Amino acid sequence: MSIKKDAVDIVIVGFGWTGSLMARELAETGLNIVALERGEARDTWPDFAYPRIADELTYGIRLKLFQNPSKETVTVRHTQSDTALPYRRFGSFLPGDGVGGAGVHWNGMLWRPLEADLKMRSTVIEKYGADFIPADMTVQDYPFTYEEMEPFFDKFEKICGAAGQAGNVQGQKLDGGNPFEAPRQNPYPTKPLKQQYAGMLFSKAAKELGYHPFPVPAANCSEPWTNPYGVQLGVCNYCGFCERFGCFNYSKGSPQSCVLPALRAYNNIELRTHAHVLRVNTDASGTRATGVTYIDHDGQEVEQPASLVVLSAFQLHNVRLLLLSKIGKPYNPATGEGVVGRNYAYQMNGGISLFFKDDKYFNPFAATGTTGMYLDEFNAENFDHSQLGFIGGATISATTTGGRPIQQMTLPASAPKWGTGWKKAIKNNYLHSMSIGSSGSVMPYKQCYLDLDPTYKDLHGQPLLRMTFDWQPNELKMTNFIGTKAEEIARLIGPDHYEMQFKGMDAHYDVRPYQSTHTTGGAVMGDNPATSVVNKYLQSWDVPNLFVLGACCFPQNLAYNPTGIVCATALFAAHAIRTQYLANPGPLVQA
Amino acid sequence: MSKEKPCVVPPRRRFLQQSLALIPAVAAGGSLLSAAAGAQTSAPEGVSAHYVPTFFNNDEWRFVLAAVDRLIPQDELGPGAVSEGVPVFIDKQMELPYGYGHLWYMQGPFASAVPELGYQSNLAPRDTWRRGISATNAWCNDKHGKVFADLTHAQQEEILTQLEKGKLDFPQVSGALFFTQMLENTKEGYLADPLHGGNQTLASWKLIGFPGARADYPQVMDHPNQPYPLGPVSISGKRSV
Repeated sequence: MSIKKDAVDIVIVGFGWTGSLMARELAETGLNIVALERGEARDTWPDFAYPRIADELTYGIRLKLFQNPSKETVTVRHTQSDTALPYRRFGSFLPGDGVGGAGVHWNGMLWRPLEADLKMRSTVIEKYGADFIPADMTVQDYPFTYEEMEPFFDKFEKICGAAGQAGNVQGQKLDGGNPFEAPRQNPYPTKPLKQQYAGMLFSKAAKELGYHPFPVPAANCSEPWTNPYGVQLGVCNYCGFCERFGCFNYSKGSPQSCVLPALRAYNNIELRTHAHVLRVNTDASGTRATGVTYIDHDGQEVEQPASLVVLSAFQLHNVRLLLLSKIGKPYNPATGEGVVGRNYAYQMNGGISLFFKDDKYFNPFAATGTTGMYLDEFNAENFDHSQLGFIGGATISATTTGGRPIQQMTLPASAPKWGTGWKKAIKNNYLHSMSIGSSGSVMPYKQCYLDLDPTYKDLHGQPLLRMTFDWQPNELKMTNFIGTKAEEIARLIGPDHYEMQFKGMDAHYDVRPYQSTHTTGGAVMGDNPATSVVNKYLQSWDVPNLFVLGACCFPQNLAYNPTGIVCATALFAAHAIRTQYLANPGPLVQA
Repeated sequence: MSKEKPCVVPPRRRFLQQSLALIPAVAAGGSLLSAAAGAQTSAPEGVSAHYVPTFFNNDEWRFVLAAVDRLIPQDELGPGAVSEGVPVFIDKQMELPYGYGHLWYMQGPFASAVPELGYQSNLAPRDTWRRGISATNAWCNDKHGKVFADLTHAQQEEILTQLEKGKLDFPQVSGALFFTQMLENTKEGYLADPLHGGNQTLASWKLIGFPGARADYPQVMDHPNQPYPLGPVSISGKRSV
């Protein structure tokens, strides 16, 4: 017997970046808003307080701030002919949980996409012809232009007090920034973060090779800043505890440091934590959402009616909720029909470890999640692919996000794994090594998708989401090409010894080592309901009073970290709801 | 190794002895003690020699002390895992949600898989330790007539190597899985903040140059390629000795 709550105007499912931004943007309408978060309440004080937060074991290794896989995880298989098995122990990617979600524990790398990223399909066809796209690759254009989204990229950077060096302000190219950057209306709100020695060596070598290294744009505030919501941010102190940790210093952009203080001024918003949404409810026609059903803190089933439903959970959860709610046609890999679960993608990383004698000190512990120098010469369509036989590309960088000794200790492959030899190796290498990394785009494929698992269930007895994914030749070719470019830089830096970690052509997706939490797709945005779940305003084609936010809406993955686009598109959707939808509730785009 | 003077008991050895005081003398044997000699330079004052294990029984505790001592020994680079309290760390971890597998998805059905699909064992960390110790000790008894803790350092290292390489396997638990579990927990305890029970004198952080929980480094950024002048500090304010 479920409890039925009084109807509200808007229910928001998930209270990370997109949910909190949506709540703040819609708060001014005066409408009644209920936000449901399955995890616990968390705030900078007391939950991330120093010194308790500086605990690698609790947060970095036992993953205190993350989703607990014992309650819910996904299953994974490489191909349709395999049996998917649970992702039992988190490694490869780390979905968030609790207020702030993944916005608590991200590194803070804050990118805008390149113009070509947003029209990938048409750019490739224009430059190389339609035959250049492999038959199984379902690459699409984003349904909006860069110019349309620019004010929202700008707004989110201001919300975070982002630090960076602009490369292109209103068409004027600026030294030290990314020369490939699309035109921005404004520079970054705060100056670039300080650089580490590793980034300095990388930059010198990259410049000698004719490249244009620039500091990674950072949602880490580097100067005093008050954001557009009136919230003051702290100046980053390079503590080395960014990713996997909450920021005790109010410096890293997060819902806690940027949005929650502003929400306290509104009494038309109620946040309910420990509210695990089971499904979105629809009326008999299946074309109108009537609210959601969730399990509350006491284990009771609760129905929350609402006129407008916003799904703002993590990418995987949004897709799963759509499937569990039977909203939108599930993707069928045999026929290629259906859209929910289609175009799942990940990211393709590679790296080089560089080891030096003890005359060089890299001090990896002095870091932010975003201390690094990047180059974009081999990203997306910034270079000619015509003779290379692949689509996409990667950033190359020297980034050090911390020197936490359990997880961030890099040793030569020849070093003993235990005993006195291991002790010598950690002494000789901890301060005296650096790395070069690459983060690459991943295209979508007919054979890579999400659906519901037939066997494994979550704590509430609902099917787990099943991921069918493996590396495809296009991305393996890409990363091998990137490896040759990164190796030239490593050689020029001149370490005592270096080791390459780029995937071979026979590599399979491995859930064990951490790679990135940048899982994308499954509920993609587009212009055509046959190939997308939501329109450019992130509004469901099938259920117009349902909006679906986040990286589930990416048609394919790009090389960059996703949060900048995730949050800009959420702000864009919020703007559309305020200025168009509320006056005339219905489809904002006619299919 | 020089012969020890009976009146000067090195602190690490004292820890081993005092831990073993809980164990009936007949079960303890003498070889662990005679094998425990080593040059001790700093006094690990933070270590409680009176720790009574909660999860491990006496026989298991002797195994843990011996194995952890080989994985990260005391040597010319400083204290090893035992005097740093790593066995205490591991014992505490076994009684936390982690030890019970409550941080992992442990619902069946279980199936073997390609390694890329990750952990698929039905064993929680405490099961892996318990079964691994029991199976390894049984194998040692069978092969050498003694449990693991009573073998020489060289024999212990040889057995650990065989486990690591997957050459020693048991019906109850994969030898390689057991080794991975032991090494992972040992390194965690040795390198984590002392509030978890290991790294009691911050010896590992001092060894590598990690300042611990200081967490405030704008000046380091202003001085690239310079050694950091301050020693480590823990969350509770401990400093290295």
